[in-house]
Amino acid sequence: MNKDLLLYEKSQPGRRTLRLGRLDVPAADLSALPAGALRRTPPDLPELGELELVRHYVRLSKKNVSIADSFYPLGSCTMKYNPVLNEAATAIPGFNAIHPLQDSGRVQGALAVMKRVADALAAVTGLPGVTLHPAAGAQGELTALLVAHRHFVETGQKQRKMVLIPDSAHGTNPASASIAGLQAVEVASGPDGLVDLDDLAAKLGEDTAVFMITNPSTLGLFETKIAKISEMVHAAGGLVYMDGANLNAILGVARPADFGVDMMHINLHKTFSTPHGGGGPGAGPICVTQELERYLPSPRVVEEEGGLRLDYDTPYSIGMLRGWAGNFGVLLRAYCYIRRLGAEGLLRVAQNAVLNANYLRVKLRGAFHVPYDRMCMHEFVCNTKNQREQGIHAVDVAKRLIDLGHHPMTIYFPLVVSEAMMIEPTETEAKETLDAFVADMLLIAEEAKHEPEKLHAAPVTTPVGRLDEGRAVKDPVLCYTCSH
Amino acid sequence: MPFIQNTDADRAAMLAAVGVKTLEDLFEGIPAELRHKGPLPIDAGLSEDELWSELQELASWNSTTTAGCFLGAGMYRHWWPRVVDALQGRQEFVTAYTPYQPEASQGTLTAFFEFQTMVAALTGMEVANASMYDGSSAAAEAVVMAANLTRGRDKVVVSRGVHPHTRRTITTYLEWTGLEVVEAPLGADGRTELGGLLDDKTCALVVQSPNTLGVIEDGAAQAAAAKQAGAISVACVYPIALGLLESPGAQGFDVAVGDGQSLGVPTAFGGPSFGLFATRLANVRRMPGRIVGQTVDGQGRRGFALTFQTREQHIRRAKATSNICTNNALIALRGAIYMAAAGPAGLREVAEHCLAKTQYAARELEALPGFSLRYGAGASFNEFVLDCPVPAAQVNRAVDAAGMIGGFEIGRWYPELGPNALLLAFTELTTRREIDALVRTLAPLAAAATVA
Ligand SMILES: Cc1ncc(COP(=O)(O)O)c(C=O)c1O
Repeated sequence: MNKDLLLYEKSQPGRRTLRLGRLDVPAADLSALPAGALRRTPPDLPELGELELVRHYVRLSKKNVSIADSFYPLGSCTMKYNPVLNEAATAIPGFNAIHPLQDSGRVQGALAVMKRVADALAAVTGLPGVTLHPAAGAQGELTALLVAHRHFVETGQKQRKMVLIPDSAHGTNPASASIAGLQAVEVASGPDGLVDLDDLAAKLGEDTAVFMITNPSTLGLFETKIAKISEMVHAAGGLVYMDGANLNAILGVARPADFGVDMMHINLHKTFSTPHGGGGPGAGPICVTQELERYLPSPRVVEEEGGLRLDYDTPYSIGMLRGWAGNFGVLLRAYCYIRRLGAEGLLRVAQNAVLNANYLRVKLRGAFHVPYDRMCMHEFVCNTKNQREQGIHAVDVAKRLIDLGHHPMTIYFPLVVSEAMMIEPTETEAKETLDAFVADMLLIAEEAKHEPEKLHAAPVTTPVGRLDEGRAVKDPVLCYTCSH
Repeated sequence: MPFIQNTDADRAAMLAAVGVKTLEDLFEGIPAELRHKGPLPIDAGLSEDELWSELQELASWNSTTTAGCFLGAGMYRHWWPRVVDALQGRQEFVTAYTPYQPEASQGTLTAFFEFQTMVAALTGMEVANASMYDGSSAAAEAVVMAANLTRGRDKVVVSRGVHPHTRRTITTYLEWTGLEVVEAPLGADGRTELGGLLDDKTCALVVQSPNTLGVIEDGAAQAAAAKQAGAISVACVYPIALGLLESPGAQGFDVAVGDGQSLGVPTAFGGPSFGLFATRLANVRRMPGRIVGQTVDGQGRRGFALTFQTREQHIRRAKATSNICTNNALIALRGAIYMAAAGPAGLREVAEHCLAKTQYAARELEALPGFSLRYGAGASFNEFVLDCPVPAAQVNRAVDAAGMIGGFEIGRWYPELGPNALLLAFTELTTRREIDALVRTLAPLAAAATVA
């Protein structure tokens, strides 16, 4: 029996799962609709009974590797445990069956959750202005760049359009600058992996709007000179933006406001344990200085006598980047996480995340080259330099790891390290899991010497082997019914 | 500590392996003067049961929509088969990352290939992506795509009937891009009047049907007008309505976007939902977002992988078609399961129920002296503007006192409709009993207004 059929291949005319009860009002009068409004051909959706539907998605789920079944040291993504209670919280009718246009007096619980999350983020970052509106980290970046530019326009500095970004930055940073209508300029990294201050100085000027810095960096290193960098950017009249994707490493240890950061985003789907869901949804709140707060997107949660309210009447605001106030369900999960941990727990998160990462670094550095081999933060980058002669690439190590029962690390990012393998274990992993991963990585290093073909052939335990990604572009099949 | 499994003994062994004495020593890279002293001003942690009680209390401060709710205006209360919760909630889907390693992610990738197929079918388009954040940001990204496809044109015409959040999102995204947004007004019949707005400078026309006043627009005429001007036409859709109403593809639109909330997603105070994005195959290289394609492995077995990645930020960086990275995958998966559960017959049934309830409510409310439907009963799918003899806020207070949630005071978004206009939405979950109760609640208001 072929268990790999698609929904459309299982579909049988006349079947369905969703069936409503009897209509309690007269049937719809379709002739009342405007001429031409009716659909001529029904949408070609698959037709399945409930049992087949269940089997289909249960089987699909088994073809995923997830945190729930495997170690998932995907660098930059903070794949920590996603507490099950937080999922249950979102199913409570008082949170789930509420409409964003209800009278504020009838949704004080939801507004309180939002307010408390915002307060906690302000505490963690030291930046008082918080918006929970952005849908993900990249949208947080865009929001902040629009805030910055609005600030410059309001203060008569319209010419500031350059966004300086280190070469080690995530792709969303330059992409956000472009989408915002600003211009991305690359700043080089020095030999220590940190920002090259000479290059930064040369690029700062009257046209500088924002310097976007990821700290800890994508190499897992803290920018030791961050205070000096902020000073330089401020002296040139620019603002400092921090990509907070790596905030997990410094929770309770250091606050970005204290090193001169003016604005930053936080990926709640990384640091605050909300699940990634195969690619989303996330939430990318941004925190800004008091000076910039009035430009934040609409609506804002405001506290007044009589309670909390969503304020859409925000005259200085840059506007909206999506519908409604934010991804409430994601904010609620983050709330649960913050409440479980408290201040002390958040500090323990950072400490254990950094310990786990350094433990892996020292255990792996003999077998794999670690270009910046010093104390790291929550992650570190190694590569396949030692395996080059055997023709082994990062992708081969990654695929072999799948066969050995782990999800691979992030590969080929950051771009400043060739054949990069970026490893972030997170604080929620136990020592024995890390030890098992180390043993398998050392095994791979041995195999690279003696049986490199085993690495090239991997993975062999998965539903499919390495896929022909070139063909997917040359001969695109993006839709089942369109190709039949 | 919650969620941290390592014991003090584990930590001691690991610190020794790293070669440091204390956890603080690990942070040597952070200059001492930048370290935070003392605890953060955040309350101490709670146990799971303590948190659960607190959540129950917070939730009790919210009134749910379950006792009858006539609010819509972009988010609608629909039924979903409970199998949707069970399947979408599987940990293997919930706790996986973006499928960058296709061999380890065939579940998610297959589900998205099917999702794209269903979205294309629903909208009548040739290709769909694997989801956007929501309907409003999807519309903004459609305009960005249109501008890239028609370089040199810098005018964007957006109907006033498009949801105000979507309109505001478009203007926010475009603020510094040099593109100019022009609003197409609504006529006395509630439909968009394009007048002479479309010209050879126009890169995009954005319309919505049913529009925010609940009125079904003449999509075919709008798409044709855009085509004639050489502009890209973008339709904002309400997916449930497409069970019954003509698809944007068949009407000649170039792009269909929309919010997927109606496809099995709770209203949950505004999100997360997901955005649909579908277009013609010719535009695929300019599309935002992730796209899953079918291919084969070394043994010729069918498999799925992310494709056309050179459009995306992680490869193309500043030249990417969009900055989107994390999207709303898991909620889109919900939408996929919902669409597969419904099939064409189920979706049509839901749409017909929505229409039937709306028509029933329209007849009953119109029969009340002093109340009238602003655009007539025939213009609507599941939502209409009711002109009341008293301010809409007063009507809503009466509905609230009756234990239900009233409609939306649409004058807040469209001041030209006046304070007495109330936007009411009906779905398959609205019962006749609720509609009758609404009518009974409104009747005395009419009488009171007449006496006064
Ligand atoms: C360093 C860094 N910046 C930004 C982002 C973008 O965040 P999101 O995917 O939430 O848009 C990511 C996530 O992938 C990241 O790792």
